Amino acid sequence: MVPWLSLMLWLPLLGALIIFCLSRERQQPAKVVALVFSLIELAISLGLYFGYDRAAAGFQFAEKYSWVAALNINYHVGVDGLSLPMVILTTFIFFCAILASWGENRRAKEYFFLVMILETAVLGVFTSLDLFLFFLFWELELIPMYFLIGIWGSDRREYAAMKFIIYTMTGSAFMLAGFLAMYFLAPTPTFDMIELAQAGFTPAVQGLLFILIFLGFSVKLPMVPFHTWLPDAHVEAPAPISMVLAGVLLKMGGYGLIRINAGLLPEGLKLYVPYLAVLAVISVIYGAYVALGQKDLKTMIAMSSVSHMGFVLLAIAAMTPMALNGAVLEMFAHGTVSGLLFFCIGLIYERAHTRQIAELTGGLAVQVPRIAVAFIVASLASLGLPGMSQFVAEFLVFLGSFPALQVPTIIATTGIVFTAGYYLWTVRRIFYGPLNPRWAHLEDMNKAYEFIPLVVLVALTVLVGLYPNIIINWSDTSLVALGL
Amino acid sequence: MIQYAWLITVMPLAAFCIILGLTYRQKMASALVAIFCMGVSLALSLGVLLAVVHGGEAELSLTWFTLGDWRFEVGVLVDPMAAVMFVVVCFITFFDMIYSIGYMHGDPGFSRFFAFLSLFAFSMLGLVAANNFLQIFIFWELVGLCSYLLIGFWYDQPGVALPPPSAGMRAFITTRIGDVGLLIGILMLAAALPTLNFREVFAAVGAGQVPAGLATTAAILLFMGAVGKSAQFPLHTWLPDAMEGPTPVSALIHAATMVAAGVYLVARLMPIFNAGSASLEVVAYIGGFTALLAASIGIVFPDFKRVIAYSTISQLGYMFMALGITGAATAGMFHLTTHAFFKALLFLAIGSVIHAAESQHMRDLGGLRKYMPVTAFTFLMGALALSGIPPFAGFWSKDEIIYSAVEHGQTGLAVLGLVVAFMTAFYIFRVYFGTFGGEIPEHRRHHHYHEAPPTMTVPLIVLAIMAIVVGWVGTPWANYFAAFLAPEEHLAAGPDSTALTLMAISTVIVVVAILSAWLVYGRKRVPDVDAEPLARGIPWLHKFLINKWYIEPFYYGVIVRYGAVGLAYVAAWFDRHVIDGIVNGIAAIVGGVGQGLRHVQSGYLQFYAMVIFAAVVIVAVYIALFVTV
Repeated sequence: MVPWLSLMLWLPLLGALIIFCLSRERQQPAKVVALVFSLIELAISLGLYFGYDRAAAGFQFAEKYSWVAALNINYHVGVDGLSLPMVILTTFIFFCAILASWGENRRAKEYFFLVMILETAVLGVFTSLDLFLFFLFWELELIPMYFLIGIWGSDRREYAAMKFIIYTMTGSAFMLAGFLAMYFLAPTPTFDMIELAQAGFTPAVQGLLFILIFLGFSVKLPMVPFHTWLPDAHVEAPAPISMVLAGVLLKMGGYGLIRINAGLLPEGLKLYVPYLAVLAVISVIYGAYVALGQKDLKTMIAMSSVSHMGFVLLAIAAMTPMALNGAVLEMFAHGTVSGLLFFCIGLIYERAHTRQIAELTGGLAVQVPRIAVAFIVASLASLGLPGMSQFVAEFLVFLGSFPALQVPTIIATTGIVFTAGYYLWTVRRIFYGPLNPRWAHLEDMNKAYEFIPLVVLVALTVLVGLYPNIIINWSDTSLVALGL
Repeated sequence: MIQYAWLITVMPLAAFCIILGLTYRQKMASALVAIFCMGVSLALSLGVLLAVVHGGEAELSLTWFTLGDWRFEVGVLVDPMAAVMFVVVCFITFFDMIYSIGYMHGDPGFSRFFAFLSLFAFSMLGLVAANNFLQIFIFWELVGLCSYLLIGFWYDQPGVALPPPSAGMRAFITTRIGDVGLLIGILMLAAALPTLNFREVFAAVGAGQVPAGLATTAAILLFMGAVGKSAQFPLHTWLPDAMEGPTPVSALIHAATMVAAGVYLVARLMPIFNAGSASLEVVAYIGGFTALLAASIGIVFPDFKRVIAYSTISQLGYMFMALGITGAATAGMFHLTTHAFFKALLFLAIGSVIHAAESQHMRDLGGLRKYMPVTAFTFLMGALALSGIPPFAGFWSKDEIIYSAVEHGQTGLAVLGLVVAFMTAFYIFRVYFGTFGGEIPEHRRHHHYHEAPPTMTVPLIVLAIMAIVVGWVGTPWANYFAAFLAPEEHLAAGPDSTALTLMAISTVIVVVAILSAWLVYGRKRVPDVDAEPLARGIPWLHKFLINKWYIEPFYYGVIVRYGAVGLAYVAAWFDRHVIDGIVNGIAAIVGGVGQGLRHVQSGYLQFYAMVIFAAVVIVAVYIALFVTV
C-alpha cells in the first residue's frame, strides 16, 4: 500500500532538496519546481480528501512506526474530518502563494526552498498524531517563516521576524511544558494523542494542562491580548507569505485548540468556558474596532483576522458540534478569503508601492477595475455576505453557540456591523470616487499567474458558500466523535 | 403552475449570469436578456397568482445541507401573500427595466446596470419565496448588497448631496445594524424550537411552545431588521441618501420593493408578533411616529427627489402602523401593494424630469407641464393616488388603515393618520406645482426641455393606470384583497357608518391640503428655500424640519465620528502603544530580548535555549506539584 500521507508530508522537502541543488544563476527553475511540487501536493491532498471514508469516523490513512522506542515516541500520522479541511486548505493556499510569488526575483532559489520546507512543516502539524512529532513540526514552521519575513520583508523586517519568533516560542514553552506534563502524568508515559484521549486525567489536572497548552495556541490564533505580533508580521512579510500566514498558519492555533485542548482535555475546557467566551468576544469586537482605526491595509486585514478568529474561539467555548463545525468552516473560509485579500493587497502594492489607505485614495476602480472587483469580492466575502463561505461558517457558529452562551453570542453578532464598516469604508476610500491622478499610470491585472490564484480562491469561497457540505460532511463525524 | 414557482426566482439569476458571461459588451442585448427573463417571471407570477386564487397553495423545499438534527433548506412557500408579492415585484421590475433602457441610455455601465437589476430581482424574489428563516436572512442580505451596489452605481461621481458610494456604504451599514436584531431574533427562536421552517415555527408558536415573553423579545428583534430595511425611525436616515442612485433604482428598490421587505417580513411572521402581542404596539408606534417624522421633513425639503424618498419612509410607517394595530397582514400588505405602483410611478416620473432638466432641486424646476405633458399627467395620477383621493389606489388602502385604527380603539393613531394624510397631500402637490406648474425659472430659460422617449413614457402610462385601478380590489364594498389574503377574517360586506364618515373626513382633509398647496405653490412659483412661507413665518420650525430634526448631524457628527471612527483610532493607538508595549515590556524584562533584537541570529539560538529551559522548569514544578498531590 502506498503511504500517501507520508508521501504528501515529505514531498515538499524533496522539492526543497531539488531547489537546493539548482544553480543560483537562474530564477525560473526554482519557481517551476516549487509549482510542480505544490500541484502534486494539491493532487495528493484532494485524493486523500475524497478517499476518506466519511461514514467511519476516526483517523484514516494512519501510519505508525516506532521512533524512539525507549521514550515511547512514535512517528504517528493520520487524518480525520477535522484535519482534512486544514490539509486541503494548506495545499490550495501554498499553490496560490507560489503563483503569487512568481514575480519574486530576489534570491528566488532560497525563497522557494524555504516555502517548500514551510509546507512540510504546516502539513506536519495538521497530520501528526504524536505530540512530540506535532511539536517538532510546530517549531520547524518557525524557521522558514523567520527567514521569509526577515529576508524578503520590508523595512522593519528583522524586528517583525524576531517578534514573530519570540511570541510563538514563548507560547511554545508553555505548550511544551503541557505536552511533557501530559506525557509524564499519563498512566503509561506517551505522546500519542489517541492514547492520551483515554488517559483519564482528572478535571483538575486537565484544567492545569489546558492553561499551559492554551497559551501556546492562543498566541498563534491569535487571541487578544497576544495578537500584536500579527500586524507587524503581516506588514513586513511579502504578500504571498502574508497569504500563507493568514491563510494557514493562524489555523494551526485553531486546529490545536480543537484537536488538543478540546479533544484531549474537554474537562479542562469546561472549567474555563466563561473566560474563553469573554476572551472570544473581546477578540471579535476589539479586533474589529482596531481594524477600523488602521491606516495600513495589511494591518487592517491582520486585525480583521484577529476578529474573525474570535468567532472560532467562541465556538470552542460553546462546545457544541454545530458551533465546532462552524469553527472548522470558519477556519477554512477565512483561510481562502484572507488569502485572497492579501493576494489583492500584493497586486496593489506591487504597482503602487504603498499600502497606506490615505495615499491610495481614491478612484482606483476607474484605473484598475479587475483588481477593484477582486478586492471588493474578497471584502464582501470577509464581511459575511451570503453565497460565500464565511457567511455559512459564522451563521453556524452563532446558531451553535447561542444556546450555550447567549450573551457572548449576542455581543459577538454585533461584530458583523463593524466588519461591514471597516471593509466598506476601505473600499469606498480606495476604489471609489474620482481617480487620483497619482495612480493614473497603474496597470490592471493582466498576467495568467495573477488570475489563477484569484480564480481558485474565489471559486473555493463561492463553492463552499453555496455547498458547505464539502467541508462539514467531513468535519461533522469527527467533531461529534470528540464527544463534547 | 405552482410547481414552477421557483422559476420566477431563478429567471433573473439566469439573466444576471448571461449578462456577465456573454452579453456584457453588447449593451442592448444585455437589456433585452434582462427584460426577457423578467417577462417570463412576470408571466409565471401571474399564472401562480391565478392558481392561488383558485385555491392552490404549495411549499416546495430542497435540502441545502444537514448538520446533526438540523436540516437547512431552500424553499418556495407559495401562499396568497407570496403570490401577491411575486406579481408586484415582477410587474414593477419589468416596467422599471423597460424605462431604464431610456434612462440609462449612453451610460458606460449600461450592462452592469441591467446585471445588477437582475441580481436584485433574483434576491428580492428569493426573499419573497422564502419558507424558512435562514433563506429569508440570506436574501435579505443579498438585496442589501444589490442596494449597495446600485446606490453607488456612479461610483466616481460627486453626487447631488454626497458621493453615491458613500450613500451606498451608509445604506449597507445602517441596515446591517437592524440585521443584527433580525439575526438575534432568529437565533432566539431557533434555540427555543429547533427548526427554522416558517410553518413549523408558526405551528409551535400556535401550540404555545414559545413563552409569551420570549416571543415578544424575539418579535421586537425581528422587527429591528424591518426597521433597518424599511427605513423606519431610528434607522431611517439611509433612505434619502440612497437617492444618489439612478432613479430607476430609487423607484424599484428604494420605493416599491426592497424597502417594503420589512413590511413583508412582519406580515409574514405575524403569528410570532401575535404570540408576543406587546411587540405589535412597538410596531404600530414606531410606524406612526416615522410616518409623521418623514412627512414633516417632506413638507419643506428643497430636493424634490428626496421629498419623494421621505414620502416613502412615511408611507412605510403607515404600513407598519396598520400591521401593528390590526395584528393581521391584510391592511399593511394592501397599502404595500398600492404604494408600490404609485410610488414607483412618482419616482419614474420625477426621473423623467431629472433626465430632462438635469436637476432635482426646487430652484431649477418649474413650468414643465408644457414641455413634458405625459410626465406631468402621469405624475399627477401618482400624486392623487398618494394623496388618497377617491377612487385612486392610495385612497382605499390608506382609508382601511385609518378605519382599522378607529375600529381597534387607537384613536390617537387614527388622528395621527389623518394629520399625516394632510401633510402627504400637501408635500406631493408642492412637488407637483413646483415642478410642472408656474413658469420655467429665469436662469433655466435656455435649457432645452423635451418629453422622455417612449421607452420611458410607456412604463409611466402603464403604472399610472395601475395607480388608478389597483385599489379597486380592496374597497370596503368588496374587499377581494382581504378575502384573498385572509379568508378566515373576511370583512363584513359594505362599509358601516364609521367607515363612510372617515372616508368623507379624509377626503375633505386631502382636498383642503391640495388646495393649500395650490395657494402656496400653485399660483406663483416659489423660487427657492428662502422664499418658502414657512421659512418666513416660523423660521425656527422650518430650520428644524429642513435639518431633518437634527437626527443626521447627531448620527454622523457624534455617533459615527466619535463613537465609531474616533474610538477606533483610539483603539488602534491603544493596541499599538499600550497592549503591544506591555507585552514587549514584559518580554524585555523576562529575558535578554532587547539583546536578542540587536543580535538577531545569535539571539535566536539563545532564546531557543531559554525557551527549552523554561519549559523544563515549568514541567518540573508541575510534576512536583502533582506528585505531592
